[in-house]
This record gives sequence, C-alpha cells and structure tokens, in this order.
Amino acid sequence: MAALDVAGVSHSYGPKRALNDVSFSIAPATFTVLLGLNGAGKTTLFSLISHLYDTRRGSIRIFGHDVSRASGEALRRVGIVFQARTLDLDLSVHQNLSYHAALHGIGGREARQRIAALLATVDMRGRQHDKARSLSGGQMRRIEIARALLHRPSLLLLDEATVGLDIQSRAGILATIRKLVETEGIGVLWATHLIDEVEDGDHVVVLRQGELVAKGKVTDVVKASGAGSIRDAFSRLSRIEAAGIAEISP
Amino acid sequence: MSAPTMPEKVAGIVPEKFEKFGLRHYLICLKGVVLRECLRFLHQRERFISSLVRPLIWLFIFAAGFRQVLGVSIIPPYKTYVLYEVYITPGLCGMILLFSGMQSSLSMVYDREMGNMRTLLVSPFPRWFLLVSKMLAGVSVSIAQVYAFLIVAWFWGVKAPPIGYLMVLPALFLSGMMLCALGMLLSSMIKQLENFAGIMNFVIFPGYFASPALYPLWRIQEASPLLYKICLANPFTYAVELIRFAFYGQINWLSLGVVAGCTLLFLAAAIIAYDPSRGMMTRKQDTGGNA
Repeated sequence: MAALDVAGVSHSYGPKRALNDVSFSIAPATFTVLLGLNGAGKTTLFSLISHLYDTRRGSIRIFGHDVSRASGEALRRVGIVFQARTLDLDLSVHQNLSYHAALHGIGGREARQRIAALLATVDMRGRQHDKARSLSGGQMRRIEIARALLHRPSLLLLDEATVGLDIQSRAGILATIRKLVETEGIGVLWATHLIDEVEDGDHVVVLRQGELVAKGKVTDVVKASGAGSIRDAFSRLSRIEAAGIAEISP
Repeated sequence: MSAPTMPEKVAGIVPEKFEKFGLRHYLICLKGVVLRECLRFLHQRERFISSLVRPLIWLFIFAAGFRQVLGVSIIPPYKTYVLYEVYITPGLCGMILLFSGMQSSLSMVYDREMGNMRTLLVSPFPRWFLLVSKMLAGVSVSIAQVYAFLIVAWFWGVKAPPIGYLMVLPALFLSGMMLCALGMLLSSMIKQLENFAGIMNFVIFPGYFASPALYPLWRIQEASPLLYKICLANPFTYAVELIRFAFYGQINWLSLGVVAGCTLLFLAAAIIAYDPSRGMMTRKQDTGGNA
C-alpha cells in the first residue's frame, strides 16, 4: 500500500489553475523530493493533502484512507511541517508541543514522555521551557519537526522546511529527516526548490506551473531528460517552454 | 542545527497502529485547546487589562455622569428603582462578552494569517469539534473577564443578589457562545487582519448601542420606533436581557430562545464556512505559501 497516493488531482483559485491532473505515489519508508519553482503548486498540493482545501477533482489517499472522505484517519497518519512558521510565539516549547499532542488526543504522562524523547531527537533537550519567540529560525524548525512527529505518523510532509535557514541548519535538518526514513521507516515528502537538497538515491516529483513534468528515481529522471545532473534536469524541466512529461517508472 | 545528532534508535517515533478516538481523547483535545487559549490570555496582560478597563470606564465615568439624565423606571426584573450603575451592569457584562467574542475571531484571523490556525485544522478530530472547542476556550476566557469585572463592580457598590452571581453563569455561557460563534463566522469571511476594523464599526458598535445595554427599550421606543425595531432584531439585545434576568434568578424565556437559536445558527454557519468542502476557506487563496 502506498504511503501517499495522489491521483488526477486538479485545483483552481477562481479562474487560475494551480494544479492540473497531478498523479504520483510515494512508497512507505522512502524520501521523495517534490521539486518546483515558486508558484509551481507545491503549497497548494500540501494544502490538499493536509485537507486544508478540499480535493474537488481527483483523489488523495494516505495509507489507503481518502483525505476527503476519511480525513480523520488520513490525518492521524501524517505529520506536517508547514512552510510558514506555525509555533505560537507567546507559548513555551513544551506548551506548543503539548497543544499539538492534545490535538491528537495525547495527554498527560504519555505526552510528556514523547515530548522529552523528541526534543532529544531534534537536539533541543533542555529547551522545553524557552519561549518559542526566543528561538532561532533553525531551532523553531526543529521544534516543528518534533511536533510533526509527536503523534507517530507514518508519513511526514515538509513544505520548504529549510527556506531562510543557514547552510548548517539546512544540512542538519535534512540529515535528521533522512535518518528518520532510514531508522524509523517513515515516508517523507520534502517540498523544495533548492536542488542541492536532492540526493541520487531519492525519488523526485517535479512540478511546473501546476503540471507534473517528471517523477521517478533521480537517476532515471536525469537520464530521461537527457541532462547530465539533477540540477540540469530540473533547469530543463522547469523552463516555461519545456513540453511533455518525463514518465519514469520507479 | 549545529549537528545532526541522532540517537541510534529514535525513541517514540515508530509509526503506530491507531486506536479509535474515544471520549477520553476528545476531552484531552478540548482541554488542550482551552488551556492554550487561557495561556495565551495570561501571556497577553495588556489584553486582560484593556478588557477590564473598558467596562469599568463605562461604570465609573459614564454611569456616574448619566445617572441623573437617564432615569430608569421600574421594569422587570427590577422590583424597585435601581441605580443607573446597577441597570447597565448586565449590559457591561454583555459588552465584555461581545468584545471578547470578536477578539477571539480576531485571533483566528491572526492565527490563519500567521499559520497557527493550520495546526488546529489539520488535527484528525472532526472540524466541528475543533471549532466548538475553540469557542468553548474563548467563552471560558470571556467569563473569567466578566467575573473579574463583577468583583471590581462589587467593591464599587454595584451588587446583585448573591445567588445572582451563580445564576448568571449559564446566561453568560450561552451569550458568550452566541457571540463567539458569530465571531468565528465573521473570521471565516475576513481575508486579512486589516479588514477587522470593519467588524468594529459594523458589528461591535451598532450591536452594542442598538440594545438595552445602556438604556431600556421603552426609552428607545419613545425616541425612535425604527431604532426600537432594530433593537428587537438585534441578537445582542436578548443576550443582555438574558443576563439581566439571570442576575435576579429569573429566566427570560424569549431571550433564552433567541440566544440559543442564534447560537445554533451562527455555529452551524461557522462550521460550514470552515468546512473545506463547502465553506469559504477553500475559496481563499493561500496566504502562507507559494501556490
């Protein structure tokens, strides 16, 4: 069963089409990069997967649960790190995490234990009483990742999680997420426009102006696009005048 | 992140099989939402002080000045002549609920703009339950503010029958729910925080002044029959009367019916508005990302 199955999804904002007939799937315990320039439709796709918007055309399933029809079951299996900062700056780290735990029906000792374990995981042990406002951008992101993992999801969605961070923070966060895929078997959909975050062993889904232009393993996408590297392949696929879809079988 | 330090086996992240949500889980969620609202309120001391100062200014200054001008005849639930301060106290309680309800809608617009709202909306609990929890959280904070005001008013010599302080609680709760539901509905229609000034001018002030909060309806009727009809069509009128009667251990059934009906109506509309498949949320351009 696919961790995430997106089938024929389209979405419009009034007359403006943001996504057009997008289909792809993600296997469990894989790291998939959703590549696209600004305006490609990545955030819209995330809003549909997380049921902030309703899927009006096509379907989205998370471990077989339709996001529109069984949103509760689907959302229990997914952790989300949004592009915009979503911590409550007036609350402490622990209060932010406790709030999220409560939103998933986790309370009391169990919540405290999970918070302590996850703060250690993201290298933020001992910071639980700090106000979110006092954290750096990278530290906030780490807390948001811990928060997304609190309810033990099987699929993790990260929307431009490293935007605005310095190189060291970016590398650290990326390494943490890749390790989670390896050690915990969590499927990850990592949306970015930063091509240096892609590794050869990854799967990629490339969006251009709401259209899916390539999907598959990095090596296969590079080969199919006739480029020498994923950077070149992405440049070619993202060009306005580019046509056709590089269909790659995983 | 300075270094990608990871324990060999990450504790507590193994994907789990999920049990079905039961009452306990719903209560945990409700408690979490209420606690967060209370904590936010405690962290924003200015909000608490301003919410208290506003009705106190009306009580200490406005009421003292207008006491001689605005006589109040014996009207139910009062059995004797009452001081003007006593008359406007239920209206000032309503004012706190009105401002607080609108403020909670303001916080929802803020949360939506800043992205915090998404953490609530992506919870696996049903959307209606999350919105009701958010309302209950807002009402809890509102009621705390009302009682803080009543304590100060008590020391000022404005006193209701002792049992009234208990009897008024359900009326405050229901009125608070109605106003929070209205605020929530309005928040779903507001695209940007800047548009909230319009709510102030078109909802809060007309709602407050076109009601018996400051002067009895019979006086309004004498002054302007049209305004009287507007007052009768204003749900806030019934919230004020419900609170006023409750202070004296009485139930104004018409007010109770109108407030309960409006609460259900506003709540249903807010739930529909926040439903991604039917409401206005889905029609809005995402403000937090690219496309």
